[in-house]
Amino acid sequence: MSDETSLTLFQQQELNRRRTTWLLAAFVLFFAWLGFGGDYIYALYTAHAPPAAQHHVWWFGVVMLAVGALLARYAYQTGPEKVLWATDAQEVIDPVDDQQRQLVNVVEEMAIAAGVPRPRIWIVPDNDPNAFATGTDPRHAHVAVTQGLLDLCTRDELQGVIGHELGHVKNLDVRLMTTLAALVGAIVLMRDGTNRIFWGRGGGGGGGSGGSRRKGDLGPLVLVLLVVWVLSWILAPIITQLLAVAVSRKREYLADAMGAQFTRNPLALASALQKIEAADMPTTHIKSGAAHMCIADPLGRRLTAHEGRLADVLATHPPMAKRIAILKGMGYAQIKKEGGVVS
Amino acid sequence: MSSWILLILLVVVALWVIGAYNSLVSLKNQTLNAFKQIDVQLKRRHDLIPNLVNAVRGAMSFEKDTLEAVIQARNQAVKVNAAGPDGVKQISQAENALSGALSRLMVVVEQYPQLKATGNIGQLQEELTSTENKVAFARQLYNDTATQYNTKQQQFPTSLVVGLAKAQPADLWEIEDKAERDVPQVDLSLKPKT
Repeated sequence: MSDETSLTLFQQQELNRRRTTWLLAAFVLFFAWLGFGGDYIYALYTAHAPPAAQHHVWWFGVVMLAVGALLARYAYQTGPEKVLWATDAQEVIDPVDDQQRQLVNVVEEMAIAAGVPRPRIWIVPDNDPNAFATGTDPRHAHVAVTQGLLDLCTRDELQGVIGHELGHVKNLDVRLMTTLAALVGAIVLMRDGTNRIFWGRGGGGGGGSGGSRRKGDLGPLVLVLLVVWVLSWILAPIITQLLAVAVSRKREYLADAMGAQFTRNPLALASALQKIEAADMPTTHIKSGAAHMCIADPLGRRLTAHEGRLADVLATHPPMAKRIAILKGMGYAQIKKEGGVVS
Repeated sequence: MSSWILLILLVVVALWVIGAYNSLVSLKNQTLNAFKQIDVQLKRRHDLIPNLVNAVRGAMSFEKDTLEAVIQARNQAVKVNAAGPDGVKQISQAENALSGALSRLMVVVEQYPQLKATGNIGQLQEELTSTENKVAFARQLYNDTATQYNTKQQQFPTSLVVGLAKAQPADLWEIEDKAERDVPQVDLSLKPKT
């Protein structure tokens, strides 16, 4: 992971494509495990029962596999839409005032610098400065900024932030991150549903087809499998969250560097990040499911301020101070090269 | 046995030639495309300037020279622009002159707050800033792509198939000389002479 920043753009894109495919495959496989695992346990459980009561047809597995595949497809295709919908973003089609016109201009400029088609532009009605990009590829990309960012940033700073987001678009980070957000959403939905089934009705633990109990002996193998199986239902949301964390931290450094490359003005992005950091309040419109997509952690977690093992496991974003320091380093190197004086 | 090794070697070499050839062609097309992007942005700029000049003309009859310089630089740039990719040098010179004239005009406009307050100068100013940026970024993309293309041509072993792919070094878009890039000095105490 650590040497990812040294890959070429093409390698980055390929990596993101492959990771998205893996993610979707793992998601479908997980559903298959939930389904067929349940079937298998039930079959073992009823193995000594009279033939009529044995579990022969593994319909639960088939159903879960189908559900998983459909969910994955649906999540991949409607991911960008869902993310934008969840954040309450409004599309800017005809800019109504100078502020929006400037945003449209800045996005157009950065799209030219990045050599990608102009993405669709959205504004999130939230006073905390933040921004994110979504989409499955550069031709169908979206860039969203909060109203707070527009109010707070100068033109150059806005340019830096948009450059950062288009960096995510260009190296296809958006595909992986959006798919992940959509899958996290699906899993959370599933958790809410299963919680109701498991705890709400107080029914028997596991087993695709509740029904009759105490028919065979509960061998140790069945018991272990059952525990693992129930645990995977419960742990699924946590695992996907951890995945979102692991996938996003290093990307921010890379997108910062790409933004600086597009604008040739790393100091502007540094100063934008400083402003975003100073406005230390949660972005209420952006839920935790999409947190890993934003330029700065929308939840304003203290964890993000540190680098260490705990943060490595739990924070979706690298420490802001370090990002700013790196950008400033780039900026000063640039000034020196042009023969200027660092003030 | 040895004929097999020879065959495998030949296949490997053939595959490599195809790969190198394709990467050169792809970079060449990217470079051409990036050049087209500059062209699009320059046209936009040329179309915008008459509007700008008309908007400020009434209010700044006192700065005739600055306006004249802009109009002339613009007309010169439009004329040279017809040359296409072969005339990168001339086009870039004309466009740089236009950039210089425009930035002097913008400095002058900044000096007259009452001018900024009237009508849609503020909007025009944003449009002009954006157009200038777009030209600059399109140029930057072109230079980056062209450099990548040129480097690829010179690097061994890709340099061996340069002739086959009919690749030629692309001209970079020259950065204007230092004097032109410097922001003109302005005496802020200057009052409009009527």
